[in-house]
Amino acid sequence: MLEIKNLHAEVDDVEILKGVDLKINPGEVHAIMGPNGSGKSTLANVVMGNPVYEISKGNIIFEGEDITEEPVDNRAKLGMFLAFQYPESIPGVTIVNMLKTALTNIEETEYTTLELRLKVAESMEQLGLSADFADRYLNEGFSGGERKRNEILQLAVLDPKFAILDETDSGLDVDGLRVVGEGVSKLKTDDKGYLVVTHYQRLLEYIKPDFVHVFVDGKIVESGGVGLSDKLEKDGYESYL
Amino acid sequence: MANVDIDLGKYSLGWSDPEKNVFKPEKGLNEEIIRKMSEIKEEPEWMLNFRLKAYKRFLDKPMPEWVAKEKLSQLDFDDIYYYIKPTEDQADSWDEVPEEIKQTYEKLGIPEAERTYLAGVTAQYESEVVYHKNREDLEKLGVLFCDMDTAVREYPELVQEYFGTVIPPGDNKFAALNSAVWSGGSFIYVPKGVHVEDPLQAYFRINAENMGQFERTLILVDEGASVHYIEGCSAPVYTTDALHSAVVEIVVKASGTCRYTTIQNWSNDVYNLVTKRAQAYGNATMEWIDANLGSGLTVKYPSVYLMEPGAHGEVLSVAFANSGQHQDTGAKMVHLAPDTTSLITSKSVSKGGGRGAYRGLVRVEDGSETAKSFVRCDALILDDESRSDTYPYMEIEEASAVIGHEATVSKVGEDQLFYLMSRGLSESEATSMIVAGFVEEFTKTLPMEYAMEFNQLIELNMIEAGAVG
Repeated sequence: MLEIKNLHAEVDDVEILKGVDLKINPGEVHAIMGPNGSGKSTLANVVMGNPVYEISKGNIIFEGEDITEEPVDNRAKLGMFLAFQYPESIPGVTIVNMLKTALTNIEETEYTTLELRLKVAESMEQLGLSADFADRYLNEGFSGGERKRNEILQLAVLDPKFAILDETDSGLDVDGLRVVGEGVSKLKTDDKGYLVVTHYQRLLEYIKPDFVHVFVDGKIVESGGVGLSDKLEKDGYESYL
Repeated sequence: MANVDIDLGKYSLGWSDPEKNVFKPEKGLNEEIIRKMSEIKEEPEWMLNFRLKAYKRFLDKPMPEWVAKEKLSQLDFDDIYYYIKPTEDQADSWDEVPEEIKQTYEKLGIPEAERTYLAGVTAQYESEVVYHKNREDLEKLGVLFCDMDTAVREYPELVQEYFGTVIPPGDNKFAALNSAVWSGGSFIYVPKGVHVEDPLQAYFRINAENMGQFERTLILVDEGASVHYIEGCSAPVYTTDALHSAVVEIVVKASGTCRYTTIQNWSNDVYNLVTKRAQAYGNATMEWIDANLGSGLTVKYPSVYLMEPGAHGEVLSVAFANSGQHQDTGAKMVHLAPDTTSLITSKSVSKGGGRGAYRGLVRVEDGSETAKSFVRCDALILDDESRSDTYPYMEIEEASAVIGHEATVSKVGEDQLFYLMSRGLSESEATSMIVAGFVEEFTKTLPMEYAMEFNQLIELNMIEAGAVG
């Protein structure tokens, strides 16, 4: 599904990704765990195609197609999604309006506002969001928890083949974590891939990873099964630094 | 006809019709032309005298030097047609309007809007209103809505009492010019306590090259009455200058409400130099909702004179300055009584080398106790070539007044674009959406059909010439 080969990326001439190799098959959940500042979020952004970062070496292959140079909107249309760590607020743009245009582009079918509302309503209820949530402006005045739920709401509605969750558990209280975690786990199916970028193990209790990768100083330094995240939770990252 | 096809891509209203005018004098202005138009219009003596006096004022007044000096100095008053009468009579059925003119209004969607949700329509083409119709219920309520020329003939007392009192001819050079050569525009009177639920609309179309359009509007809202008036406009794309210089006077009596919405979408050939002013009496509300998307130079500061206690004035001004455009817009609020309140919200978007400016005045006269005013100006700049300026003037002579001012300048952030594009939106869709969100406060004041059309206009403005800087 997704293959990352010897990926190097930099911003302002500072190299942040220093040779990342990763292969994700359909149905697999991969967790990237690492200390703050290790470049985990950069990896999430570069895979999605954030033009702020320059790819200096390596390739990103999605479903057999080299997308290293593809702009971000094309990646979304191919079925990729990023749940942002710090989603931007966009004043005056309602969630339902944005999702209508997004879904129309991604699925190449015109949705009416009513059809879209029905589609959104179900996911909103699951995520414990009130009915008027979809009419709020994107992330404008949202609490940390609302921002994250909004990301998962978009994930549910856009239904991508492959999703990256960037620190989705940060800024959530226990209830928020449960709602978001259950929301994500419902979306997990055999044909979808997930890359879960996280500092802590808490989200992984809801969305069980098949593989855990330790990410330090711009690359993967160790890979293993779910046991590895237990070890990291107990011992921290000190032994890798 | 020097139509420029390349510009039509972004400005979709730029076609022109063949001219079949009833009366079209030479270019340029002199007393003889003024006398002739007054004669054709069968005006009373007082109006001819009003015009001739105003013409002298116009000649005496220098060009303003405090705004767009260079562009204004290029305006050649001798190269303008001051009066063109396109049809013999005004029609009250679209079928009676000459076919080509009718087609133009069909393309602009006016008859369709009239059928679905307007209470009354006037359509002005060049200097005259060629079509006018009110819904029957309007007339039963005693509401008067017609073109200004008809009002001079049919409601002389009302017109004579108010015409030129809110904006005297000597107010500024362009108000003087309008007073001398005005033609067309709307007259509205809403009787005491009457609420006109659906909007009244006027649409102004310039067709001829080098045309000068000088409509004159007077709106009288009597005590406790309310009305929403909407005006739209467009013109063909030529390579020469046209001039649009309107005067709009409004009086809102005690506890009345008037909302005046403008969607200005002239082609870039048009100089748009307009004077708009309202007087609001005790507890009355006046709202100017003023969107400027077109014209090469717009100079317009809708104002509200808050005459009596409790009067409230609002201006919501939205301006898009694209390539080749200078939008110098804003508002004026003059507090003349205690407990008056005003709110100015200005949103300007500049792009492709366009120049936007907010210019505004809040004046609180001595004795306007506890008057409150708040001014907010937000500018969104889409690339490095474009420019936005703010000129807020405050003249506060009352110590108990509460005045607030807030200004922001922002650029469309890379992070915002990346966020929206990661949901499958193209760069121009994402930019349009951010811009539409920026002016959402304006859009939500519009009837739904207009709001949709307005958002399409924004998209059109964003799409041309590829991506944003």
